[in-house]
Amino acid sequence: MSDAANMDGFSCPLPILEHDTVQLAHGAGGSLSADLIDKMIVPRFSNTVLDALEDQAVLTLPAGRVAFSTDTFVVSPLFFPGGDIGDLAINGTVNDVAMSGAEVIALSVGLVLEEGLPMADLHRVLCSMEAAAKKAGVKIVTGDTKVVGKGQGDGIYINTSGIGVVPEGLNLTASALQPGDRIILSGTLADHGMAVMTVREGLSFQSAVESDSAPLNGLVKAVLEACPNVRTFRDPTRGGAATTLNEFAQSSKVGIKLDETVIPVRPDVRGACEILGIDPLYVANEGKLICAVPAGEADAVLAAMQAHEFGADAVVIGEVVAEHPGIVAMRGALGAERIVDRPVGLQLPRIC
Amino acid sequence: MKYLDEYRDPALARRLLDEIQRTATQPWVIMEICGGQTHSILRNGIDQLLPETIELVHGPGCPVCVTPLETIDRALAIAARPEVIFTSFGDMLRVPGTRDDLFRVKSRGGDVRMVYSPLEAVHLARENPQREVVFLAVGFETTAPGNAMAIQQARAEGLENFSEIVSHVLVPPAMEAILSSPTNRVQGFLAAGHVCAIMGWKEYEPIAAKYGVPIVPTGFEPIDILDGILKTVQALEAGDATVHNAYLRAVKEQGNPAARTVVDAIYEVCDRKWRGIGTIPGSGLRIRDELAAFDAEKKFDVGGISTEEPAVCIAGEILQGLKKPDECPAFGKECTPTHPLGATMVSSEGACAAYFRYSRKGLS
Repeated sequence: MSDAANMDGFSCPLPILEHDTVQLAHGAGGSLSADLIDKMIVPRFSNTVLDALEDQAVLTLPAGRVAFSTDTFVVSPLFFPGGDIGDLAINGTVNDVAMSGAEVIALSVGLVLEEGLPMADLHRVLCSMEAAAKKAGVKIVTGDTKVVGKGQGDGIYINTSGIGVVPEGLNLTASALQPGDRIILSGTLADHGMAVMTVREGLSFQSAVESDSAPLNGLVKAVLEACPNVRTFRDPTRGGAATTLNEFAQSSKVGIKLDETVIPVRPDVRGACEILGIDPLYVANEGKLICAVPAGEADAVLAAMQAHEFGADAVVIGEVVAEHPGIVAMRGALGAERIVDRPVGLQLPRIC
Repeated sequence: MKYLDEYRDPALARRLLDEIQRTATQPWVIMEICGGQTHSILRNGIDQLLPETIELVHGPGCPVCVTPLETIDRALAIAARPEVIFTSFGDMLRVPGTRDDLFRVKSRGGDVRMVYSPLEAVHLARENPQREVVFLAVGFETTAPGNAMAIQQARAEGLENFSEIVSHVLVPPAMEAILSSPTNRVQGFLAAGHVCAIMGWKEYEPIAAKYGVPIVPTGFEPIDILDGILKTVQALEAGDATVHNAYLRAVKEQGNPAARTVVDAIYEVCDRKWRGIGTIPGSGLRIRDELAAFDAEKKFDVGGISTEEPAVCIAGEILQGLKKPDECPAFGKECTPTHPLGATMVSSEGACAAYFRYSRKGLS
C-alpha cells in the first residue's frame, strides 16, 4: 500500500502536538480544540473561505440550480488497499453531487473522533482527504470536529456534505429512461466492496484487491460534453450495480436487459467474490458510474469515457426495453435469462 | 479464470444440452440434492434450457433450511446470554426462529459474530478466557470435519470456554426417506459433490441398488450440472441403477479419510429432526458423550422452549421434491426474502429464495 502521507509528490509531515492520541478535551472547544484545528486540520484544507474560521462559509455561486448532497462514512477498517476513510468521504460526496451533472463547488467536513485515536492515523486520513479534494478540484469550506469517549465510536466517522451548480438547461433524472436507451458502465464492478471485505475477513490473495475510490466529476463533465442528452448518471455504491439498475427501471417504469458476458469484473475481484459466494452486481463501488443514454449517442459516450482515466474500461452492459417494466433481467453466458433483484439486507457468505 | 471458465463454457453447455435432448426418450424426474446446485440451476437458467422431458426437483440439501426451529430458538436463547460470544456462519444470522433471529438478538446487545471458519471461534475462545464462546455447527457432511476439528483443537489446548450447538445432518438417510415415501416422484439423483468429496461415493451404492435409482455425484458449475444430468439420463434410459461419478476433479471413491477420522472422533450418528420433514432415524451427528463439556446445549440450560411453524408454509413438501416454490399460495405474497415464513425462503440456497430471486415473474 502506498503511504498516504506522501501522495502526489507533496509531503505531509505530522505536526508536533502535546498529545499523540485524541483526547476528550480536543473536542471541548478550549485551547486543545484550537490546537487540533489550527495545527492538524486547517493546514490540510487551507483556502480563503475556510481560513476565515467563521461559523459558516459564505459562497458566491455561478448561475444555475444548486445540487446539494450529504453522506456519512463509518467504514471499518479505516485503511484498506487503494484508499482509506478520508478519500472515500471526499469522493463519495463529490460523486453524489456530480451525478446531477453539477460542477462540484465546495464540501463541508464533520469529524467524529474516538478518544484514544492515534494522531498519526488522524493525520493520515486528513492528508488523504486533502489529496482527494485536490484531485477532485473542490474546496473544503467549513467543518466541525467532535470527540466521543473510548468505545463509543470506531476510530473516525466522517460526514461530508457538498454543493454544486447544475448548468442551465440540464435536468438529469432516473425517471427519464426510454426503451432503446443503452446502459453504460464506466469500469469494473465490485473493487471497493471486495477490497474492504478481504481486509475485514483476513483473506489474502497474491495481489491485494484495491478499492476503486475516485472522484467522478471530471468523467461526468467529459461525458456531458460529448453527449448533452444523457438521461441520467448514478454511482453504484452500497447495494451495487443491481440496486442502481433497479432504481432506474422502477423510476422510469421500463425494463432493463443486461448481458452478463460483457460486465467487467477484475479476475482478483471475481476470485474473491467466488470464494465468499457473493455476486459482484451487489457489491459497493466508489469510483464507477452507470448512465443511460439514447442509443444513437452510445458510441460517443463510450469514446468519451474510455478517453478518461476513470472510464478506460467503460462498456455498454445492456439496454432499456418496454417489456417487464420495473424489472432488471440479465442474459447469462448460457443464453438463459434471470432476474437481477434488489439485494435483501446484508450480503452474507454462504455456509458451503 | 482457470477452474471456472472451462466449467461455464457456453459451447460445451450447448453440446451437453443437445446430448441430453437426444438421450431422453421419455420424461424423467431428477432431484438435485444440494442447495448450492439449486442456486446454480436457477442462476444459470438451466431449468429453462433443459428439454421438457427432464424435470428437476429440488432436494433437502440446504443446511440452513433443514435446521429445526427448536435448535434455532435454543441458539437464540444462548446467544442472548451476557457471558456468551455467539459465532455462526453468515447465512444462519438471518434465519428466523419462532419470534427472533440472530440479527435482532445482536441489536439488543447480544454479542453475535459472523465467522468464516469454526477455528476462528476457537481463536476467540483463546483470546477471551473470561467469556463463553459458542459456535452454531450446522451443515451436512461437508462442514462436519471443520466443525469437529474446532472441538479437537479446543480440547488439545484445554479451552474450557468453547462449545458448539451441533445440528449436523447426513445425506443418505434423507435420500432413503424421500425414496421410501409413498408419494415419491424422484427417479434419479444428482448427489451433492462437496458431501461426496468428504464421504466418497461407496455409501450410495446400496441405496441405488435397493431403490433402483441412478445416483450421480455432481459439481456446482453449469457444465458440472449438465454433465451430471446427462449421466443420470443415460443411466435412467439404460435401466442402470448404479453410482456414476460426474465430479471427478473433487470426488474420489474413498472420499477424504482424514476428514472422516476427525468427524468420527468427535461426533456420533444420532436420529435428527429435519425442519419441515420430521425426524429421520440415523440422519444426524451429535457430540460424543465423553465430550459433553463441548456441547453448548448441555452447558447452558435453555429448556422450556416451544416452537410454532406458520401453518401456510409448505417448506416440508418442497424439501421432499413434492412441490415447487411457486405452487405455494404464500410465495412472493406473504412470504418473501424480507419477510420469510419458512427457512427455504430465508437461506440463499433455499429453493424458495432461489425462485424468488431469479425467476419470480415470467420473462419473455
